[in-house]
Amino acid sequence: MIRFENVTKRFPDGTEALKDISLVLPTHELTAIIGPSGCGKTTLMKMINKLEKPTDGSIYIDEKPINGMDEVQLRRSIGYVIQRIGLFPHMTISDNVALVPKLLEWPKAKKEERVRELLQLVGLDPEIYMDRYPLELSGGQQQRVGVVRALAGDPNIVLMDEPFSALDPISREQLQDELRNLQQTINKTIVFVTHDMDEALKIADSIIVMRDGQVEQTGTPQQLIDDPANEFVRNFIGVERINQKRTFGEKRLMEFLNLFTRDWAGDAENISADSTIEAAFTQLDNSNQDYLAIIEDEKVVAYANDRDLLKAALVKESGVLV
Amino acid sequence: MRNFFDTLINRQDMIISALLEHIYLSFVAVAIGIAIALPLGIVITRYRRYAEPIIGVTAVFQTIPSLALFGFLVPILGIGSPTALIALIIYALLPILRNTYAGIVGVDGSTIEAGRGMGMTRTQILRQIELPLALPFIMAGIRTATVLTVGIATLATFVGAGGLGDIIYRGLQSYNNALVLAGALPVALLAIGFDQILKWIEKRATPKGLKT
Repeated sequence: MIRFENVTKRFPDGTEALKDISLVLPTHELTAIIGPSGCGKTTLMKMINKLEKPTDGSIYIDEKPINGMDEVQLRRSIGYVIQRIGLFPHMTISDNVALVPKLLEWPKAKKEERVRELLQLVGLDPEIYMDRYPLELSGGQQQRVGVVRALAGDPNIVLMDEPFSALDPISREQLQDELRNLQQTINKTIVFVTHDMDEALKIADSIIVMRDGQVEQTGTPQQLIDDPANEFVRNFIGVERINQKRTFGEKRLMEFLNLFTRDWAGDAENISADSTIEAAFTQLDNSNQDYLAIIEDEKVVAYANDRDLLKAALVKESGVLV
Repeated sequence: MRNFFDTLINRQDMIISALLEHIYLSFVAVAIGIAIALPLGIVITRYRRYAEPIIGVTAVFQTIPSLALFGFLVPILGIGSPTALIALIIYALLPILRNTYAGIVGVDGSTIEAGRGMGMTRTQILRQIELPLALPFIMAGIRTATVLTVGIATLATFVGAGGLGDIIYRGLQSYNNALVLAGALPVALLAIGFDQILKWIEKRATPKGLKT
């Protein structure tokens, strides 16, 4: 758990980048910090690994204040993915990924095993890619390497600073999906800065909306859409998106089966694949289960929770088929 | 032409010793120039406020015509190799200093931010990221400095420091074109030779991942 306590950042010229922020980012969750540029979201994130220091207030990781911690040691224990990828062009993919393990002085065999494991995790064949150089890879592949490089030292916390914003729309969509799936496996505490509401709604467990150095609202994607705290949040999410979410009506669940969860061991309420997404939302809202079991030809073909339904809604809205 | 070869053969001892003197002067000047300008170039990337003034000073030295600089130094240091060396070192500074600075400053900020964010110390960032990526620039600076020094060392003869300039000067005084050529040709070849060798090293110094 990362906790901010009355954190203020004031620049020498008197402007306040962050104004008395108190927040909790829960463990094992992906929290997106979103807001227009200059709202202080990146500054807030960079305080966690001491790339920025608060003027007032404290930050705690698992209730230990990071104030007194050695910044180099702290950073080695936290994964970091930056916007412009930042791979070292003169080092091989293998050396890039193994950077933190090398700083932590892991034995050679352990480093190599870790590199192989991580590259496989993001679908890059180690035999092909280990000895290549970053510039030989596509942008999407490079940022996959950027993501696993942040995981190499097995940190509990991973910070991501608009990691996908420099990618083309197709790679971006792909990496968002992969990150979501990856998070199911690795279960890290991820802090994800973005200015893209679609991205935040798609990947985050909870969202922190910021403006002018202040927090406007925190909540799950669903809460933000259902109940925007004020006019700013409403506009930022987009009135259009809210309306669309509420009136998408006619699209049917069967069109989005590939977005939904394949296996679910817990209880679920049955729904026909012919039903609309809206009907599914309504049924789920009134149900005491977290999941719907989607039935086609009397067989369960997929499961969907509210995030899955939301994904389907967003896909429909942007017209992109994943 | 025959005359030229006769001169080469008759005066070969003199020419060879002048050539060695010339190489010695240039080499020592560049070596000391590197020893001063490389660390200084790194330091001014850390204190960028001072970078412009310091590079500016070396640029002013560079502007002083070489013969005039020798002239300024003689009253202070007398004649001889040390005077010539100091003048040559002063000329070697600017290209190395400027390229070291520009090379390191030109390293993509995102790679440095990534290094810092992952917990590299400043020394690790310098040695593992900044220097390798700036190396081609630094080598180019050293190459420029070397070629420049080989050329200017020809003037060392005027402060009694020898070198191939001696032979050219003697040739000029005695209207002996063959002798002038016997000094001028080796200087030209020396400059071209050093340039080629350093160009090759520069290419090898380019990190592999950047060549694609």
